[in-house]
Amino acid sequence: MRGSTIRRGDRSSGDRYGETMTETTTTPRSFQEIILRLQAYWAAKGCAVLQPYDMEVGAGTFHPATTLRALGPNPWAAAYVQPSRRPTDGRYGENPNRLQHYYQYQVLIKPSPPDLQDLYLGSLKAIGIDFAVHDIRFVEDDWESPTLGAWGLGWEVWVDGMEVSQFTYFQQVGGHDCRPVSGELTYGLERLAMYVLGVDHVMEMPFNDPDAPIPLSYGDVFRQTEGEYSRWNFDVADTATLLRHFEDAEAECKRILSAEAVDPKTGKTIVMAHPAYDQAIKASHRFNLLDARGVISVTERQAYIARVRTLSKACADAFLATPAGGAEAA
Amino acid sequence: MPDLLLEILSEEIPARMQAKARADLQAMVLKGLDEAGVAHGAAQAFSTPRRLTLHIEGLPARTPDLSEERKGPRTDAPEKALAGFLRSTGLTVDQLERRDDKKGEIFFAVIEKPGRPVAEALAEIIPGVIRGFPWPKSMRWGTGDLRWVRPLTSILCLLDGEVVPFEVDGYVAGDETRGHRMVDPVPFAVSGLDDYRQGLLARKVILDPAERESLILQRAVGLCEGQGVSLLDDPALLREVAGLVEWPVPLIGAIEDEFRALPPEVLQTSMREHQKYFSAVDKTGRVTHFVAVANVEGADGGETIVKGNAKVLRARLADAKFFWENDLRAVERAGLEDMAASLTSVTFHNKLGSQAERVDRIAALSRDLCPVTHADPALAEQAARVCKADLASEMVYEFPELQGLMGRYYAEAANLDPSVALAAEQHYSPLGPSDTVPSDPIAVSVALADKIDTLAGFWAIEEKPTGSKDPFALRRAALGVIRLVLENGLRMRLSQPVGVALMRHVYLIGRRDAVALGEPLFDALEQFGDEGGGAERRAHFESLIAHFLSPESGMAEQLDPGFGDEMRATVADLLSFIADRLKVLLRDRGVRHDLIDAVYALGGQDDLVLLVKRVDALQAFLGTEDGANLLAGYKRAANILAAEEKKEKATIVPIPDPSLAELDEERALFAALASAEAATAPAIAAEDFGAAMGSLASLRAPIDAFFDKVTVNADDPALRVNRLALLARIREVTGRVANFAKIES
Repeated sequence: MRGSTIRRGDRSSGDRYGETMTETTTTPRSFQEIILRLQAYWAAKGCAVLQPYDMEVGAGTFHPATTLRALGPNPWAAAYVQPSRRPTDGRYGENPNRLQHYYQYQVLIKPSPPDLQDLYLGSLKAIGIDFAVHDIRFVEDDWESPTLGAWGLGWEVWVDGMEVSQFTYFQQVGGHDCRPVSGELTYGLERLAMYVLGVDHVMEMPFNDPDAPIPLSYGDVFRQTEGEYSRWNFDVADTATLLRHFEDAEAECKRILSAEAVDPKTGKTIVMAHPAYDQAIKASHRFNLLDARGVISVTERQAYIARVRTLSKACADAFLATPAGGAEAA
Repeated sequence: MPDLLLEILSEEIPARMQAKARADLQAMVLKGLDEAGVAHGAAQAFSTPRRLTLHIEGLPARTPDLSEERKGPRTDAPEKALAGFLRSTGLTVDQLERRDDKKGEIFFAVIEKPGRPVAEALAEIIPGVIRGFPWPKSMRWGTGDLRWVRPLTSILCLLDGEVVPFEVDGYVAGDETRGHRMVDPVPFAVSGLDDYRQGLLARKVILDPAERESLILQRAVGLCEGQGVSLLDDPALLREVAGLVEWPVPLIGAIEDEFRALPPEVLQTSMREHQKYFSAVDKTGRVTHFVAVANVEGADGGETIVKGNAKVLRARLADAKFFWENDLRAVERAGLEDMAASLTSVTFHNKLGSQAERVDRIAALSRDLCPVTHADPALAEQAARVCKADLASEMVYEFPELQGLMGRYYAEAANLDPSVALAAEQHYSPLGPSDTVPSDPIAVSVALADKIDTLAGFWAIEEKPTGSKDPFALRRAALGVIRLVLENGLRMRLSQPVGVALMRHVYLIGRRDAVALGEPLFDALEQFGDEGGGAERRAHFESLIAHFLSPESGMAEQLDPGFGDEMRATVADLLSFIADRLKVLLRDRGVRHDLIDAVYALGGQDDLVLLVKRVDALQAFLGTEDGANLLAGYKRAANILAAEEKKEKATIVPIPDPSLAELDEERALFAALASAEAATAPAIAAEDFGAAMGSLASLRAPIDAFFDKVTVNADDPALRVNRLALLARIREVTGRVANFAKIES
């Protein structure tokens, strides 16, 4: 049997959290320190620490390391930061909590290990959340992504009433039942960091160490870009171009998937699930941009979402026909 | 006697599912025991966010010996039948018994099931319960196939302190559980209920949800008293919160001044829906404090937890305040009508058009209803035009449950008439059998129009409720119509507004894509052209409606040219749907359903106030001795008639000839029927049903005497026919008040 690659904590000692981390449960000093601690924690727990996907996505779930790898029988364990874009959430850098570009920390482990909740709690401890004085809760939250044809059950995790993560057991992705089931953790990094660091406005959050020779705040890095993108997203982006790009990506995705599985040049079977999925991601983001421009009506919205879902499902089908998706190598 | 302790420990169970899960667990295990013939004592189920627990007292050590007897095929039945019977019983032919039956010799199987240890039975019952548990939503996890609400952690199952050995999908039942996740998660062994409870308590878990509820309430009230404020009662939230924590620790915090000016309902909703906080109010009714319930005590006395919660709340309330101020600004600048204008782009239902079109129809119908509700038509129309405006507000977009209430606030901000503001809030009412019914005429008009329009719309597109499926809450709408009519004593023929609402729907739908329902209507309107945007056609349509609403119109008569048979049938169908809801309502109030049927059977009963008056009078009458005896007499007459009519395959005409009356009793009945009939007619016209029933009571003695002395089945055929006709007269005369045939004696 293919086992999980995750090293479990010493369970006989009663699942004490983050035992290897006890020396680092001081309060972090910066946004990046929280990210670094999460990276170190999940690396120590056996996850492959991947890099962000190099495309515009709305959430960490869109990274093929989650969407596609949650499919099929092969075990998987990955953690990564994913820059995420939600054009409609832009507030020109003025709202203390809202950003059109932000970071998610994403963990996906397949099959979901029995101690995933404890592993997760260990990660909170690792970033300096002291369970002696904080109230941690798992509050029902079912997750559904209409564009990915995916759903799962789980919780939002509250720390003192603040939602800091989503915790989901994937049941279906791309219309396929997940067997085995993956456990997915998504941390909203800015919100979590603001809470841990005690900051009220995201732009005031220290990005690097406040005592560094050149201390930089989140605002130093992103205030200007939030303004620029908010203007472009809401008022300047050319809707005709966006629409054309949407349709081009849709057509290319379908064209890629309609190609013969056997490559005539190499004679090998190469199902191009990932290149096709890139186009699905592109279409999805173009749709988000069109939505932010306010040119999609309520009824059209459903139709667009259905078109993206059709692409996602086709990519999921294709992935299952690849070796990574569990198909026998030809 | 042995007792059972079962605990299913899992990851966090949604709070809203726990109560039903407790009940289901108990019912399913007990059902399994019952089927195995095992008697048991008291059972009790508990839950925390992480566990479902069942305790059953007084179990025997062994299941009883059972002997089951099954009847098989005849001994001369084909091979195949016998083979099937043997397969299903697991016996051989020589193990079967042969017994004589009326139909010949029959095989019988007697299957002896000797008793066995109860633990063995439980080890079969419980895995089945777990596998078939009816969670509203369940999931798989890891590599397994088992479904549960969230991943299982462990199963504890003890019978009299001994582990009941079973396994479900790799989970082996044992004697261990765990305490509070954050306080003491080390597994520990228990031996029975008391030990289990104490062990959990020592590890910061209160097993009993009722205990957690009362603890939360008591401490929350105490905290509020300490701040000089009072806790707002919220039983549903209390139940939910008790399902979110194993170790409840209520904590109080203050709401910052800048948010205290928000409407209290906004504060309460925002806190309850997003954060699960209770609200506390000062002496002036302002919400000034919140009570959060933590799951741990907090080494610093909860200071960090309160601070964190207050910070989250600040962000939430800043949002709410932003929406509130934006909405107020919009309303003060351009009025509530302007806010309503954006409803044109909001779809109500893809076949029933936009919210704006819906509002147009409700406004027209509200006006139509004014003669009945005694409301000012201009105000009623205005109220209807703004009643849905808040659906376009930012606040209601964020908190849909505040619809109506925000409408009132915004109508007040726009300086609209107080009755218009009230109607904006109340027009959704009543929302259920116990919700308050509006009484202000404007609110009544709009509330009634809203519901009738919704019902007629879904009838027009044939999306009626079926079985348990009622996605548009049409049963609730029908009940709302009934309660609005009855509790305000609104006198009208319900078929009129229902018919008009249907016509308006068909008119609007018809312009989009013609439906068969409206064909006669459109034929009638075809002669009018499109000039002036079809103004002339529209005017004619409204004149049809006005005529239809006039007092002399009614469903029974020839309606307007716009009304085809199909449309008439649709109105009748919707009225009978409403009638069904009325029966349920009256039955719940102790009115006999057969009496309602007896009145309905008179036909044309669409004046609900009158109908209920009749039913009430009938119930009172039948409670008297005269009434009961009259009913007995009627039944006797009706039975004779029914037998005769069945034989003759014809209805007996109720026109007896007085000159053929031979006996005094016969003549007396003739006279009594004539005078009763003469007396009931004016009483019914005056809606004095008590008097009408009273005059029927005078029939009792003559009917009794008639049956006493007169032989209906006379030798002389002419006499016999005449006497039967006399009985038919009894049926006819009593039938003016109610159809007594429907009444059960």
